[in-house]
Amino acid sequence: MSVDVPLPVLSPKDFASDQEIRWCPRCGDYSILAQMKKVLPTLGIPKEKFVFVSGIGCSSRFPYYMDTYGMHSIHGRAPAVATGVKLANPELQVWVITGDGDSLSIGGNHFMHVLRRNVDLKVILFNNQIYGLTKGQYSPTSPMGTKTKSTPFGSVDRPLNPLSVAIGARATFAARSVDVDIKHLCSVLERAAKHKGSAFVEVYQDCNVFNSGAFEFASKKGKKEENVIYLEHGKPLIFGKERDKGIRLNSHDQPEVVELGKGVTEDDLLFHDEKSEDMNLAFLLASMRHPEMPEPMGVFRCVEHPTYNEAVYDQVASATERNGEGDLEELFNTGDTWTV
Amino acid sequence: MATTDVPGANGKLSEQLDAVVIRFCGDSGDGMQLAGTQFTNVSAVFGNDVSTLPDFPAEIRAPAGTLGGVSGFQICFSSSDIFTPGDEVDTLVAMNPAALKTNVADLKRGGTLIVNEDAFEKSNLSKAGYESNPLDDEESLAAYQVQKVPMTSLTRDAVAELGLSPREAERCKNFFAMGLVYWLYQRDATPTEEWVKTKFAKKPELVDANLKALHAGYNYGITTEAITVHYRVDPADLPPGNYRKVTGNEALAFGFVTAAKLAGKQLFYGGYPITPASDILHELSKLKNFDVVTFQAEDEIAAITSVVGASYAGDLAITASSGPGIALKGEGMGLAAIMELPLVVVDVQRGGPSTGLPTKTEQSDLYMCMFGRNGDCPMPLVAPASPADCFEMAQEALRIAVEFMTPVLLLSDGYIANGAEPWKIPDISSLKPIKVSHENKQGDEPFMPYLRDEKKARPWVVPGTPGCEHRVGGLEKSDVTGNVNYSPENHQFMTTLRAEKIAGIADFIPEQTVEGPESGDLLVISWGGTYGAVRTAVKQSVQEGLSVAHAHIRYLNPFPKNLGDLIKQYKKVLIPELNTGQLRMIIRGTYLADAVGLNKVQGKPFLISEVKEKIREMIDEK
Repeated sequence: MSVDVPLPVLSPKDFASDQEIRWCPRCGDYSILAQMKKVLPTLGIPKEKFVFVSGIGCSSRFPYYMDTYGMHSIHGRAPAVATGVKLANPELQVWVITGDGDSLSIGGNHFMHVLRRNVDLKVILFNNQIYGLTKGQYSPTSPMGTKTKSTPFGSVDRPLNPLSVAIGARATFAARSVDVDIKHLCSVLERAAKHKGSAFVEVYQDCNVFNSGAFEFASKKGKKEENVIYLEHGKPLIFGKERDKGIRLNSHDQPEVVELGKGVTEDDLLFHDEKSEDMNLAFLLASMRHPEMPEPMGVFRCVEHPTYNEAVYDQVASATERNGEGDLEELFNTGDTWTV
Repeated sequence: MATTDVPGANGKLSEQLDAVVIRFCGDSGDGMQLAGTQFTNVSAVFGNDVSTLPDFPAEIRAPAGTLGGVSGFQICFSSSDIFTPGDEVDTLVAMNPAALKTNVADLKRGGTLIVNEDAFEKSNLSKAGYESNPLDDEESLAAYQVQKVPMTSLTRDAVAELGLSPREAERCKNFFAMGLVYWLYQRDATPTEEWVKTKFAKKPELVDANLKALHAGYNYGITTEAITVHYRVDPADLPPGNYRKVTGNEALAFGFVTAAKLAGKQLFYGGYPITPASDILHELSKLKNFDVVTFQAEDEIAAITSVVGASYAGDLAITASSGPGIALKGEGMGLAAIMELPLVVVDVQRGGPSTGLPTKTEQSDLYMCMFGRNGDCPMPLVAPASPADCFEMAQEALRIAVEFMTPVLLLSDGYIANGAEPWKIPDISSLKPIKVSHENKQGDEPFMPYLRDEKKARPWVVPGTPGCEHRVGGLEKSDVTGNVNYSPENHQFMTTLRAEKIAGIADFIPEQTVEGPESGDLLVISWGGTYGAVRTAVKQSVQEGLSVAHAHIRYLNPFPKNLGDLIKQYKKVLIPELNTGQLRMIIRGTYLADAVGLNKVQGKPFLISEVKEKIREMIDEK
């Protein structure tokens, strides 16, 4: 049915809803929204085939601002809602918009399960390391010692690393970007959209009201070059303004920063392999945290596995092939019946 | 093996009975549920009316031989209409001392007690708390016809030539017990023999062993001199048609699949296992060739929210759970209610609160289902009356959901879910169609997701439909446009509108009927699984000359339109419930009727006698 009809050429404007956007001025969410509107028209998918599902939190108002199908659901449950949408109608491209509180606190369970099942959904986690909508309590990704209204003496919780959790759940696609790094964010969103299976993208997002500058190390010109490594498949891990530093494994197989030259060549460095079935490299990259290490940006892992929704429909198809299309009369009359 | 129905065959008398209640009980590993189910099948196939009550322990495997590990299965089979598994037991099969101890009180005086004599040895007796062997104490069991049968050793002997391990051999003793009871009630064992052959097709030695044990039990009945009479219960005079046996959970699964077929839609089931609702998931999981998608979610919340997603995407979507699971689903139901999406939530009620009595029946989730969501959040509630009625009410629930664009609750209970009765297989063409219409873009006007039809239902659009892109969500919306709107007036307006929409369903459901006189001394109102006991109690009371009628409510929210007027036709109102008075409170609150309760929370259904006694008491005290 879908052949022969030329797709309308869409532009970012086609994806803008008529709703007034109510995020705080200069919120990082605006940039993510803008990049999303830029990426979707490039995918060759008709507008009505997109569904955005969110949970609760500032980021979760996102679907209201997109002129697609969408649902602003309840706290933490967007991955489960989206699983239902995708299973009911596998032809839709379903995006989950969530925050660090939404998906890692109350929704931690669903977050883990949607990834391990490999449902063909795109999960974008806006990580600002704070609860913005409830006005500034610490979140599961806030560093220890974070002082907030609920932790006036500093938080004593050890934070969760979203990428480690995602890779632990065997996400077939896991990536990271930064809200203001427009080109990079666009490219990561595009790759997520094109991935077959669960795609997880963590976006460092600035809450300029309650946690301003938390990710300056990774976003600010002049700083980020020294603090961030851009991952490229098959390429060595090199960073620095002068591209003079790299990551090498030490004798304990732990990553260490080395300077290129002075006896260290590119060939001594760690090479990125996003397609590795083995998850060790992805874990190792996820464990590199600022300020001890430069933080990787880009695609940590991208492997292809059968998706959950395909498997579900394969079973429906094979059951139908084996038993024929369900016939109620036959169903009711199986087993012991009798006539009065 | 055909039954011998010749009076005096082998010198035994054959006695005609109208109805019989048998209970099989033993350790939870003894295969009592299987024995009861098979006996039910052969009786149903023979043409009796049947009603069953399985009763299992909460633990999968409590220590063998202990009181906590006793599993039972009661069946009533009759040559006339019956509505309950019966009050008193005519024949009790007890496989060990613990089973005897926990069940003997329900055996009627003069009833037959068949015990596995081999199991009454020292350690079992002490685990059951017997200081001496009750089988040696003639006085304690003097009221019953006691048949001491060494079932374990007889079974072992019967299968000796097959070379099974002693353990495997002894496991067949439930078939020995079945064989004996089949003889006692002249049952044709053919359906059970066929079942054994299919079930153990891959293990021929088990087919042989179980059939040998079954035949040995049957032959024991013929040859033993201890039993001199066997019994005959003729087929019941049921309406003509094709019948099969169904449990409530099976009938719900059938009803949902049927509704989806009638509507031409895919059925989506999202669920999380919980007793006693899991069988709905099991049944539907087998039916994938009916365009059924089942999703075993990671928890109850994922189950309901996946169903919300599937409904949004256009499937007929359902979930089922039991008390604690329904508590977890509350927020998801509220989301579906404010987004006005159709789905059905089944609550198979069990004893609460919290984990409560997981395997025992109760009706105590009515308040939770009626009120247990945040905000003003009315939801339609329907409740099947019996296992077979689940078929119709499952369809009714989905019909209401799609016609009114609302989540609907269906209240079953453990008794209905696991109980079985004959079900007249319907003529598919006679079933009420379920109409589903999905909005499509017409003209250039912008699409309005909260524009309403004459039933106040909003349009159901399947994502993927060009031009109807819209957003729904848990935040309060403006009517018509569906835009987020927090204004006080709007919230008041929308709250009222949603409530009116649900109340308006009363115009589209059947009026309440009564069994018995249209006015009189007493109206007994019941709902859910107490139907059988209340119906029988009222029927018998009327036969005894009392002025009493019975109204069984299957639509609990909204109530049938005429219910208030109907209640006024009687001097008194009695509401028996397996809770502390939840429907009574709602009826009193709604109609200012001075209803009296009969309330039991023991994890057990009502006995007919309990209800009759209360009816008599209320009429006598005028």
